[in-house]
Amino acid sequence: MAYLTTHPDVVPVISFRFGKGAADIDRYLELDGYKSVRKCFEMEPDAIINEVKTSGLRGRGGAGFPAGMKWSFVPKESAKPKYILVNGDESEPGTCKDRLIFEHDPHSVIEGVLIAGLAVGAKMGFIYLRGEYRFLIEIMEKAVADAYQRGFLGKGIFGTKHDFEIVVQTGAGAYEVGEESALMESLEGKRGVPRIRPPFPAVAGLYGGPTIINNAETIATVPHIFRIGAKEYAALGTERNGGTRLFCLSGHLEKPGVYELPMGYNLKKMIYEVGGGIPNGKKLKAVVPGGSSTPVLLPEEIDIGMDFDQVAKAGSMLGSGGVVVLDETVCMVEFALRTIKFYQHESCGWCIPCREGTDWLKKSLTRLHMGGAVDKDIDQIKYIADNMLGRTFCPLGDAAAMPTAAFVKKFRKEFEDHLNGKGCPYHPAPDYELATV
Amino acid sequence: MAAENTTIFSPQLAARFDRLVTLYPVKRSALVPMLLYAQDEIGYISDAVVAEVAQRIGITELDVRNVVSYYSLMRTKPVGKYHVQVCTNISCMLRGGNELLHHCSQRLGIGHKQTTPDGLFSLEEVECIGACSWAPAVQVNYDYHENLTPESMDKVLDQYRAKASK
Repeated sequence: MAYLTTHPDVVPVISFRFGKGAADIDRYLELDGYKSVRKCFEMEPDAIINEVKTSGLRGRGGAGFPAGMKWSFVPKESAKPKYILVNGDESEPGTCKDRLIFEHDPHSVIEGVLIAGLAVGAKMGFIYLRGEYRFLIEIMEKAVADAYQRGFLGKGIFGTKHDFEIVVQTGAGAYEVGEESALMESLEGKRGVPRIRPPFPAVAGLYGGPTIINNAETIATVPHIFRIGAKEYAALGTERNGGTRLFCLSGHLEKPGVYELPMGYNLKKMIYEVGGGIPNGKKLKAVVPGGSSTPVLLPEEIDIGMDFDQVAKAGSMLGSGGVVVLDETVCMVEFALRTIKFYQHESCGWCIPCREGTDWLKKSLTRLHMGGAVDKDIDQIKYIADNMLGRTFCPLGDAAAMPTAAFVKKFRKEFEDHLNGKGCPYHPAPDYELATV
Repeated sequence: MAAENTTIFSPQLAARFDRLVTLYPVKRSALVPMLLYAQDEIGYISDAVVAEVAQRIGITELDVRNVVSYYSLMRTKPVGKYHVQVCTNISCMLRGGNELLHHCSQRLGIGHKQTTPDGLFSLEEVECIGACSWAPAVQVNYDYHENLTPESMDKVLDQYRAKASK
């Protein structure tokens, strides 16, 4: 069982029940579970949405879109049924937070779905988990079964006139399915390729009905907002970035782990104090602040607050909260290559700039790493990345192009050092052959 | 499809599938979970699995194969009894994921997507499995093993070997 890591600066809101056995429905109820949804039964749908807006909660999947505003886009009247879809396909490299929620507090996800359902008038929800998380799917399915048994799901939930159904769905290994329109395709039993927008899911989503798609952490935060109060929640974070979030610290740190910290928490402090600094007396070289798709930051760029706006101002993105820390021994070309290998593997192939672009980038970076690159390869990488940006159906193309462009821009000297005809001067490719994922 | 005598699945799994197709507004939504659960029981997605799943959902076998070819957890060939999946994505790479993959390859005497002659182990280099803060990590079938070193990896492999000989 994985746990949240402790530190004096941790503010337990979403992790309030972690480690307390709350996967058990009775324990969840003892810990104020299903009280927030009961409050919401007494509220008008608009009032629920306004509370979420007041809380300043922004999407925890990566884009940071205000959750309350997303909910308000769902039309009041709809000929087709409306749906709530929870995105638990967590697969951005560097991100391992949603799994703690499913493991420690699965009922908070159910309660969040119910509140979203009341707010937009949906009667059915889906909780989609990545296929690798089989043990969590079992925990989540048990939680849903227990909720049905108690009358919290099904017909006339909590003794009211409301009906609500929830289905737990497994994915089967596809990063692309974390993209909202591909997620809907997958749930409809198809290949996970993105849909063109508009129409947006809030208008025509799953099975053609208006659909709210929220990240698992976003939806699991909602009951806590009603538990502690929207204004109080907002006050924990910074302006327009309410509350706390789960940060996943990984890479070269003394104490990697998942920590719940206030939005706007200083990144430098997060690395040196919360994460315990860099092991073995090594120096910091770079930080990928929000999952592998976010542009890299240099050591002199990390004295910033970790909220969506401040990280954007620093030229990167808060993303999914996956902070990956690199010490001075890392070869940036090798790191860039491993990053792009992932996107090349996961590109669904639906649109050309992404399918071809990721492949070209991988080839250029492989040439640099293995030797045999020429100087125009470096500019070629930038040229390809620039031509992918904003030209794809879904953000996977951007997710591949943005970090690659930043690696070249910020570590150009290191890229040039690879033009010696022999390949990587720092980390020569090992004499054994590594599989190419 | 309730004709139990014609199913290739166990009675439990067949019953589960009978229920699964009723949960969604459209039957086809059951396709991805059905294929994965079928693979868990049969070992891989065989032609017979494709045929029965297509029939249960009421789509063509081609529709099913289209989906099978998309998802990386789905396979059309058998793997070892214990499928060792080593993550080498960035967070694992920084903490020795590549070395761990190499170590597993040496220990098992097989490469990426290969199976030992006794059919006990197979090896695969995989993309991020969501264990970044506990890197490097390996998944054996669906079980996670985290914060590994080559030495602790040997123990993990030995455990599975012992489990198989029981």
